[in-house]
Amino acid sequence: MNTSVAVEMRNISKRFGTVQANQDVSLDIRRGEILALLGENGSGKTTLMNMLAGIYFPDSGTISVNGEPAVIASPKEAFELGIGMIHQHFKLVDVLSAAENIVLGLEGKLDLKSAVKKIREICDAYGFDVNPSQKIYDMSVSQKQTVEIVKVLYRGADILILDEPTAVLTPQETDKLFAVLRNMRDDGKAIVIITHKLNEVQTLSDKVAVLRGGRYIGTLITKDTNAQEMTDMMVGRAVSLNIDRPDPVDPQLRLEIRDLTVRNEEGLLKLDHVSFDANSGEILGIAGISGAGQKELLEAIYGLQGTEEGTVIFHDPETNKAIDLKYKTPMQIRQLGVSLSFVPEDRLGMGLVGSMDITDNMMLRSYRSGPHGFLNRKAPKSMARWIIRELEISTPGTTTPVRRLSGGNVQKVLVGREIAQTPKVLMMAYPVRGLDINSSYTIYQLMNLQKEKGVAVIFVGEDLDVLMELCDRILVLCAGKVSGMVDGRKADKQKIGMMMTRVGGEQDGE
Amino acid sequence: MANKLKEPLIHISRRSVLPWYQSWGIRAGAVILSLGVCALVTMLTTGENPFSVFGAIYDASFSTQRRTWVLFQNIAMLLSVSLAVVPAFRMRFWNLGGEGQMLAGGLASTACMICLRDVLPNAVLIPVIVVCSIAAGAIWGMIPALFKAKWGTNETLFTLMMNYIAIQLVSFFIIVWEMPKGAGQIGIINQNTEIGWLPAIGGQKYLLNIIVVAVLTAAMYVYMNYSKQGYEISVVGESVRTARYVGIKVERVIVRTMIISGALCGLTGMLLVSGTDHTLTTTITGGRGFTAVLVAWMAKFNPVWMILTSFLLVFLDKGAGDITTKFGLNRSFSDILTGIILFFIIGSEFFINYRISFRHSAKKGETDHV
Repeated sequence: MNTSVAVEMRNISKRFGTVQANQDVSLDIRRGEILALLGENGSGKTTLMNMLAGIYFPDSGTISVNGEPAVIASPKEAFELGIGMIHQHFKLVDVLSAAENIVLGLEGKLDLKSAVKKIREICDAYGFDVNPSQKIYDMSVSQKQTVEIVKVLYRGADILILDEPTAVLTPQETDKLFAVLRNMRDDGKAIVIITHKLNEVQTLSDKVAVLRGGRYIGTLITKDTNAQEMTDMMVGRAVSLNIDRPDPVDPQLRLEIRDLTVRNEEGLLKLDHVSFDANSGEILGIAGISGAGQKELLEAIYGLQGTEEGTVIFHDPETNKAIDLKYKTPMQIRQLGVSLSFVPEDRLGMGLVGSMDITDNMMLRSYRSGPHGFLNRKAPKSMARWIIRELEISTPGTTTPVRRLSGGNVQKVLVGREIAQTPKVLMMAYPVRGLDINSSYTIYQLMNLQKEKGVAVIFVGEDLDVLMELCDRILVLCAGKVSGMVDGRKADKQKIGMMMTRVGGEQDGE
Repeated sequence: MANKLKEPLIHISRRSVLPWYQSWGIRAGAVILSLGVCALVTMLTTGENPFSVFGAIYDASFSTQRRTWVLFQNIAMLLSVSLAVVPAFRMRFWNLGGEGQMLAGGLASTACMICLRDVLPNAVLIPVIVVCSIAAGAIWGMIPALFKAKWGTNETLFTLMMNYIAIQLVSFFIIVWEMPKGAGQIGIINQNTEIGWLPAIGGQKYLLNIIVVAVLTAAMYVYMNYSKQGYEISVVGESVRTARYVGIKVERVIVRTMIISGALCGLTGMLLVSGTDHTLTTTITGGRGFTAVLVAWMAKFNPVWMILTSFLLVFLDKGAGDITTKFGLNRSFSDILTGIILFFIIGSEFFINYRISFRHSAKKGETDHV
């Protein structure tokens, strides 16, 4: 196989303000190889690849493509060199078909017929499953991603960069993507995937390059290494990769959900007669493809989402009373003495106020206390200090706007505040999304601590491996319906994957 | 492809927060630079000595005691409207209806002065005027807020159109109350009795207004930064979703804040009618409802900094008016000078938020862009 060097990056540095995103990174990308670019959040993986794709320009350092020195000042110039990048957020026009999106922006005469023919050829060659005349709005996330990949190939790219391509896919879709990527590798293309998931690195890549803190740490041959070694390189010290799962402590019925039905603003059915129980002293995981109703479920329980049908009953452990939370606003629920904490998916858009400092964000929950119309910042300030200390938040102080903190620290501020409410039910939507390994494990530990305190924890997750390691029970949602409830200790990943796609239609996932 | 190895000429990148002295240094630099450009433009286009033009601008505000009083009166009125729009703006509710809300307040005080002058004694009438004009402004501000809260209408257009309604109402009542008949204007109301006129403290016509606005400035600063309501306004402005998440009733905050905003505009209208002008015209507001937007934005909605920005705008405007007569220049010329200065001041924000680095050779390495 031809494994000539496709791209040579030498001593690349890039700096944003005071942040050194990349420092003296040198990296080779070879044809006929899948290179995994591994690193924690903020380690500079995406920045480095963006410089290859012409989105950023390096402050210093050189890039050669196919042995020739190259200057890549724009995405167009990157394409001319055969470099194509598939970003995390797709850039497709919803109302156009796959073929129209693929030829969009190309120069020359618009000839959809020959374009469709060429798209078919590409699909046949690598095993893509794309219908060129299908509209984007009719497509699933994985189909959209396929269109993005075909788009890049159509433009003649033979160096492909994929930025965390599996974040939005089910296990089955991931397998399919990997098969296609292997076909492309065997065809002699150079492929880079940016990821922080170790199992993907192991199943897919030939080599793995590790970045840490913007610096290049080293390259390993995948088959000669193991998860522990990669993690240690990525984090810079030895890390335990096991997630504890203590046994549930005296589980008692805490939340009883029956036939919960929710329509969104457009009138689409998002939850369809969902019923389940959540117990105290237990972590209940919720699995599903993104958009299967997880968000609506948590928001409906919390009182932010109007419900059409069904009941949400809270069983108060102190009074043994059953309190109906249906049709209640978050404020009314709190006034009933029901302590629900909720860590929403969109941290800065919903849970926190980005421009305010940590103290003022602590105050969001408690600012109403006190007899007069003025704020008391004393208690929130000491709470901010406590959270900074306890959760090891790295921040210049309590007066830094939370927007300026890193993703992991933002999440710690939010989780810390919600836990400080001493909740009876703690709901978390994708609490580790975008967090590095260290922060993720801190969050898992916090969840376990809450569980041991007798809190009913509801955890919406996307990483099935984590759900299966952490949760006592896993509720699987599929298109707004309950697909099943699985015992976390006996769960089978393939089976959950099938449950995520199977209920509610003929399409059977695979 | 000989030019292939060309680096882009400039990079623009976001800065981290600058220490206050650096950001104010950049702003001061912008002002100095703008004065230089103004001088250059003056010399090239009019042949006048730029320093005598600058001197005239200064004299317009400070040459006599009377002029200084007028300067402060104008600052106070502009600042007052600007303070009024701040809570709305902090909530990202673009209240462009300051004009209309002021007119509503001015109309209410005029109505009280004319209709109640023979009914109530002065000591009772003045509180009634204050209450009525505040209420009128509040209602004028509340209407668009109700529509926004209930049906999500666009507040920018709505408040803007409310201005025209207010102007038409004022024109109508000017005809109703015109003095003498057929004059098409109200004239000085209660000129002989001075009923409904705000008292002139220490014989200074403008002092009361200035004191009221000074108190308002401090109060608004405290309200926005230390009150629960001010906090709610900031949360709603930053993210409606977060506000709902913590149980803030967003609709109520919108309406309440616009009542406050409108009420302060109404109060300003009253200060103009009962306090200084003692008459009502459709142009009594002098466009301050719009200038206030600029004052508030330039000060980043901070009431204390707004003292500075309103001073700057009034000072420039006064000077601009004066040099046109003194040097026989066109009024547009002074607008050009004001425009240049504002352009530099607003433009300087770009350099505070972004860093420009120019092309450099690779040899220089890391040190050249700190």
